[in-house]
Amino acid sequence: MSTQTDPIAPDQSSAQVDALTVENLEISYRVRGRQIRVVRDVSFRVGRGESYGLVGESGNGKSTIALAVVRYLARNGRVSGGSIAIDGRDVLGMNAQQLRDLRAHTVSMVYQEPGRALNPTIRVGRQVAEVFEIAGVEKDKALEQARGMLAKVQISDPDGVMRRYPHQLSGGMLQRVVIAMALAAEPSLLILDEPTTALDATVEAEVLDLILDLRKEFGTSLLFISHNLGVIAKMCDRVGVLYAGEMFEQGPAREIFESPRHPYTVGLLRCIPRRDVLKAHRALDTIPGSLPAPGELPQGCIFADRCGLVQDRCRAEKPPLYDIGRERLSRCHYHEVAQTLPRVVAPELAPTERAAENGALIQIAGVSKTFHMAGESIYGLVGVDLELRAGETLGLVGESGSGKTTLARVLLGLTAPDKGSEIKLDGQPLPETADRRTHEQEKALQIVFQNPDSALNRRHSVRRLISRALSKLGGYRGQALTERLMKLISEVRLSERHLGLRPAQLSGGLKQRVAIARAFAGDPRIVVCDEPTSALDVSVQAAILNLLNDLQRREDVAYLFISHDLGVVRYLSDRIVVLYLGRVMEVGPAESVFSGPQHPYTEALLSAVPTLEDAAKERIRLQGEIPSAANPPSGCVFHTRCPRFLGEICKTTEPPLNQADPGHAIKCHIPVDELRRLQGTDGSLARASD
Amino acid sequence: MSVTAVPVESAGALSAGKTEVRRELLRELARSPLFWVGCFILLVWIVCAIFGSTIAPDSPFGQNLESINKAPSGAHLFGTDALGRDMLSRVIVGSRDIMIIAPLATLLGTVAGTVLGLIMGYFRGAVDDVIGRFVEAFLALPLVVTALLVTNALGRSNAIIIVAIGIVFTPLIARTVRAAVIQERELDYVAAAKLRDENAFYIMFVEILPNVLAPVLVEFTVRLGYAIFTVATLSFLGLGLQPPNPDWGLEIQQNYGQVVAGFWWEVLFDALAIASLVIAVNLISDSIERVLER
Repeated sequence: MSTQTDPIAPDQSSAQVDALTVENLEISYRVRGRQIRVVRDVSFRVGRGESYGLVGESGNGKSTIALAVVRYLARNGRVSGGSIAIDGRDVLGMNAQQLRDLRAHTVSMVYQEPGRALNPTIRVGRQVAEVFEIAGVEKDKALEQARGMLAKVQISDPDGVMRRYPHQLSGGMLQRVVIAMALAAEPSLLILDEPTTALDATVEAEVLDLILDLRKEFGTSLLFISHNLGVIAKMCDRVGVLYAGEMFEQGPAREIFESPRHPYTVGLLRCIPRRDVLKAHRALDTIPGSLPAPGELPQGCIFADRCGLVQDRCRAEKPPLYDIGRERLSRCHYHEVAQTLPRVVAPELAPTERAAENGALIQIAGVSKTFHMAGESIYGLVGVDLELRAGETLGLVGESGSGKTTLARVLLGLTAPDKGSEIKLDGQPLPETADRRTHEQEKALQIVFQNPDSALNRRHSVRRLISRALSKLGGYRGQALTERLMKLISEVRLSERHLGLRPAQLSGGLKQRVAIARAFAGDPRIVVCDEPTSALDVSVQAAILNLLNDLQRREDVAYLFISHDLGVVRYLSDRIVVLYLGRVMEVGPAESVFSGPQHPYTEALLSAVPTLEDAAKERIRLQGEIPSAANPPSGCVFHTRCPRFLGEICKTTEPPLNQADPGHAIKCHIPVDELRRLQGTDGSLARASD
Repeated sequence: MSVTAVPVESAGALSAGKTEVRRELLRELARSPLFWVGCFILLVWIVCAIFGSTIAPDSPFGQNLESINKAPSGAHLFGTDALGRDMLSRVIVGSRDIMIIAPLATLLGTVAGTVLGLIMGYFRGAVDDVIGRFVEAFLALPLVVTALLVTNALGRSNAIIIVAIGIVFTPLIARTVRAAVIQERELDYVAAAKLRDENAFYIMFVEILPNVLAPVLVEFTVRLGYAIFTVATLSFLGLGLQPPNPDWGLEIQQNYGQVVAGFWWEVLFDALAIASLVIAVNLISDSIERVLER
C-alpha cells in the first residue's frame, strides 16, 4: 500500500486528547523581504504520556518547530500554514493572556544551555519558587514546594543549592534545576531541546535517567529534540526524522533504528562509528553533499542530490509520505529498497602497518601543571607519564575537567608545566614553551582545535590562512608555495573556489578542513586533535575522521586524539589513555582497554554513553560530579565516585599502576584478575565487540 | 552492495560572495534613517569647510557700517554682526578650522590609543600594569583643562591643539582596545600563530588588529563628537584662531554680550552650527554601534 495519507487522522474513539498535535505545519522566516519556508508540511502527534523524538542534523528545523509550538518564534518568523494544538487547544489562535496561561500551566521547555535559562543575579531557590508562584501557589508555600521539587530531581542538598547563585553550580546541576522549574507546574507537555548536548557523557546519562524517572512519576508527555541518535533511541517511543524542514520518516523508535526505510536515515545511521568497526577495517560512511540552502530547494525529492539511490522519478516527482504499515511513514519513492543504499566510502583500504613497533616519538615523564588562582592551587595535571609512538593514534579520554586539554597545551608549549616535568621529542628534552623551541621542534608539533570559529582568524581568507602556515612552517615561497597550497587543499578535499572565502562563509566541516590543512602545512610529526569533530554533525564528523585517517596513512603522522566521544576514540585509536583529575587512571592498547579488564572509571565512562546497539544494557552510574581539582580526594582520587569502592585503602593510599596485559596498565587497588571477574570481561563486553 | 568513491564533502560554501558579510552590515546601516540624517549634516559642513569662501554669499570679513546688528532678512539670512559682517558667510567659513582640527586630533588619539591598547592587552602582566597606571592617571585629567595647560605652556597653534586633544584621547581609546584585545588573545587562532613562531608584532597587528577594528571605529566616531565640542570650547576660551578670522567658538565668545541687547542671531547660528555637527557625528556613531553590536 503506498498512498499519501494523513498521518494524524483524528481518532474520535480515543478517550483522551493528544498532548500535542501538529498538522501540516509550515513555518516561514522573512529574510530581506523574502519569505523563506523553513518548515514544510510537518505533521506529528505526541500522545498522552508518550515520548516523541525529533532527530536530524543541524539546520533541519527541529528547534524551529519546538519554538513554534509554544509561539516563541523570532520576530521575522511566523507559522504560515497548518495547525498546532496542545491538549486539544489551538495554540495559533490564542491571545496573549491565553498564551501566558498555556506556558504557565500546560507546556514547559528545557533548552541546551541551562546557564542561560537562569538569571545570574538571583538565587536559585527564588527562581524556582517564582515558577510556583506564577502557577498560582502562594508566596510562603512556594519556597517549600521549590525545595520539594529540587529533591525530586535528585539534588542531594536542596537547601544548599537554593541559597546559591547559578554560576556556583555545575552544568549538570543547573540542568536539574531547570528541569525542576519546567516540571513545577506539572505540565502535560515537556519540550526538551538538546537538553544534554552541553553535558559530559556521565552527567548526560544521569540527567537522561532522571528525565525517564520523572516521566514515569508525572506522566508527562515529552517532545525530545536531539541530533544524537543514541540519546533519541534511549529516550523515545516514537521518532520523526527531519530533513531540511520536511518529515522524512516517522515511526516507532526501535523499528526506525533497526530497519530504516529512508535513505537519509540509513545514511545517518551508517555515519556513526560502530563499536565493531575500527579504522584498520574500513573508512566510515558519509552522506555526500550538503543540506540545500533554505529557499533554494530542488524540484522533486529534496534529498535527491545526496541520495545514492536516486532515480529520474525522484527529480521529477516529489515523494509523498508513504504509509508503509505498522504506524510507519516514509517520504521516499523507493522506501522498500532504502537499505540497499550504496556505501559512500573509499573502496580499498591498504592494510595499515601497526605502529606499535615504532619507537617512542614523545616521552612525557612526571608532567604536572598547577594553576594558581585566587590563592588556591588547582592541580590540573599530576605526575603524568606517557609515550607517543611515531604514526600511532593515542586516544585521550576523560570527563571535562580531567586535564585533557591542559595536557595538550603543555605538550604544544602553550602552557608551561611545573618544574621537574620532562617532555622529550626523539629523546631530546623539549623546552617548556613554544617560543623557546627550535624551528624543527615547532614544525613537528601542531594542533587541530575543537572550535574552528576560534581557531581560524575570521578576517583572513582561506588562502591566507593556509599560505601563512606554509611559508612560516614549511618555508615555501613563490611558485613552490602555490603548488604546495594546491596540493594541500586537494588533500583535505577543499577546492580552489574556497580559497578566496573567509571562515564565516564556510560550513563547519569545511572550516575544520581548513584548520586541518593548516596543521599539516609544515609536515608535522605529531598533530594534537582536540575534539576536532565535537562541533560537527555526524555525517560531517564521519568525513573529517576519514580525512584524518587518510592523512595519517599518507603522512605517517602521530595523533594525540582528545575526545569525550568514546565511539570516535574507539574507532580511531591505537592506544588509549584515561585521565581523571589530571592523573592517568588507565593506559593501554585500544582493544584491551575496551574489552577489559578496565579501570572502574573507564567502565563507568563506557557505560554512560547511550548507543544504538545496546539501549537496554544495564548501566553503571557515577555518583555526583568530578570533584574540584583544587581539593582532590585523598588516596585514590576516584574513590568518592567509584562504583567498585573497596574500603579504607582507597581513601588512604594511592593505588599502584597494575599491569593487566603487556602495555595495558590500570591504576586501581582491585587486582587485575578480580576486575576481570567482576566485569565479566569474557562476557558481555567481549561479545559486543567481536 | 555497490560502493562509490569518496565525494567532496559538502559543497557547502554558502553561495555568498567574498564581501557578503561586510555588505550585509552596510545594508543594515543604510536602512537606518538617522544614519542618513547624520551623513547629510556632516556632508554639508564638509562642503562648507572645503569651499567656504567660494560658496559664502558675502565676504566673511567685509565690514559694512551701514548695516550693523541687522536681524535676519532676505539680504542677510543670518543677520549681521556688530561690524556689519554677514553672519551666514562667517558661519560657513568658520567651519574650516574645527573640521580640520577635530578629526585630526581624534585620528591621532585613535592611532596612538589602538597601539597602546594592543600592547597592554596582548602582553598583559607587568607591561599592562605599568602602562595601565599612566593611563589611569591620564584618565583623571579633564579634557579642556589639559588642553588649556598645554596651549598655555607651548603656545597657540593648531598643531599643539591637535596633539593636546590627541594625548588626552589616547588612554580612553587604549582602554577600549585593551578590553577587546584581551578577549581576542584567548582565541585559538592566536595560539595557532604562536605555534608557527610568529612574533608579537605580527600577532598584534596582523592577527588581532583586524578583529578589533569594530570597537575602534565606534570609539573613533564617539570621540570625534567630543573633539568637536572641545575645539569649540577652546576657541571660545580664546585658544584657537584669533579675530578677525571667523570661527564658531570664537564668535560666540565675541558676541555673547550682544544677546542681552537683543541681537540673538549673532550667537544662535554659531551655536546651532556646533550643535548640529556634534549631533550629526553622534547619529552616525550610534548607527554604526548598533549595527556592529548586533
